[in-house]
Amino acid sequence: MKNANELFAALLELADDHLVLGHRLSEWCGHAPSLEEDLALPNLALDLLGTARELYASAGAIEGRGRCEDSLVFFRDEREFRNCLLVERPNGDFACTVLRQFYFSTFMKEYWRRAKMSASETIRGIAGRAANEASYHARYASEWTIRLGDGTRESRSRMDAAACELYRFTGELFLSSDAASACERDDLLPNRAAIRNEWLEASSRIIEAAGLDFPKEEFFLEGGRQGKHSECLGHLLAEMQYLQRSHPGAKW
Amino acid sequence: MTESTPLWEVFIRPRNGLAHKHVGSLHAADAEMALQAARNAYTRRGEGNSIWVVASADIASTDPDRNAEDFEPALSKVYRHPTFYNIPDGVENL
Repeated sequence: MKNANELFAALLELADDHLVLGHRLSEWCGHAPSLEEDLALPNLALDLLGTARELYASAGAIEGRGRCEDSLVFFRDEREFRNCLLVERPNGDFACTVLRQFYFSTFMKEYWRRAKMSASETIRGIAGRAANEASYHARYASEWTIRLGDGTRESRSRMDAAACELYRFTGELFLSSDAASACERDDLLPNRAAIRNEWLEASSRIIEAAGLDFPKEEFFLEGGRQGKHSECLGHLLAEMQYLQRSHPGAKW
Repeated sequence: MTESTPLWEVFIRPRNGLAHKHVGSLHAADAEMALQAARNAYTRRGEGNSIWVVASADIASTDPDRNAEDFEPALSKVYRHPTFYNIPDGVENL
């Protein structure tokens, strides 16, 4: 297969994004602000985990070295993870969780929609389901963004703080690694930079409807795609990988 | 949150052509959020393809104290069930 190494690396980036954000959302299970949200957030987490599994399985098959989903998830170290920095941000308060989801899903909704036209049948298959899920996640986060921004003085100030704090991590969504760029040139994956305008339009519309100021930050943090993560990811992986590292091959 | 947010009744239609059926209730700030919460709470296993939510406060209900006068008269009137007709031979779809 042409560009197999690049496609493997690019799928891994996508898979890591979905896995890490899914794990973050799952941390809310049993701790969400209401019973309704306690069902909703793990629901979203399971959607993301499902997409991650398909991506890992495809990546492993393309790599052809016999690595399955589990070996890619549990037996890679922090520096080998290629997720963007946004998804590893801690849950913080509910405003942070909502805004993180809002920024990410607004991007992924458009990304998966475009990926349905991929030259690869495997990617078209994954994108078909993921596009519906990302659309729902974007709507879920948008509705909360509007209500919390337009809610009480406290909810508004928390949303303002979260919108600014997390905005610095959104620049990385539009950057493609060398591997991803190669796949984009072959029409296997959608061009990330080209989604920027749609993302800005969609997200500023919702932020405005929420009565919040769209962040004006022009300095963006990056490094996740090169394996340079914030200290948050190590803690997340320690918890996620602990069991398989202590008891390799353990099964239910 | 749940003390100040309104209660909603959730109705789900399992398939096209069937009626929406009451499945439970939940708390949400407004109708849109109630639909969202209903989707997450009640349709995770493919239970339906349409959701209605109605503010519980908007539902009028019979008074349980008047159950005797409202419903008991019907219990003694078996002739209201169409079980006393003889169905002619040869009628298949009745």
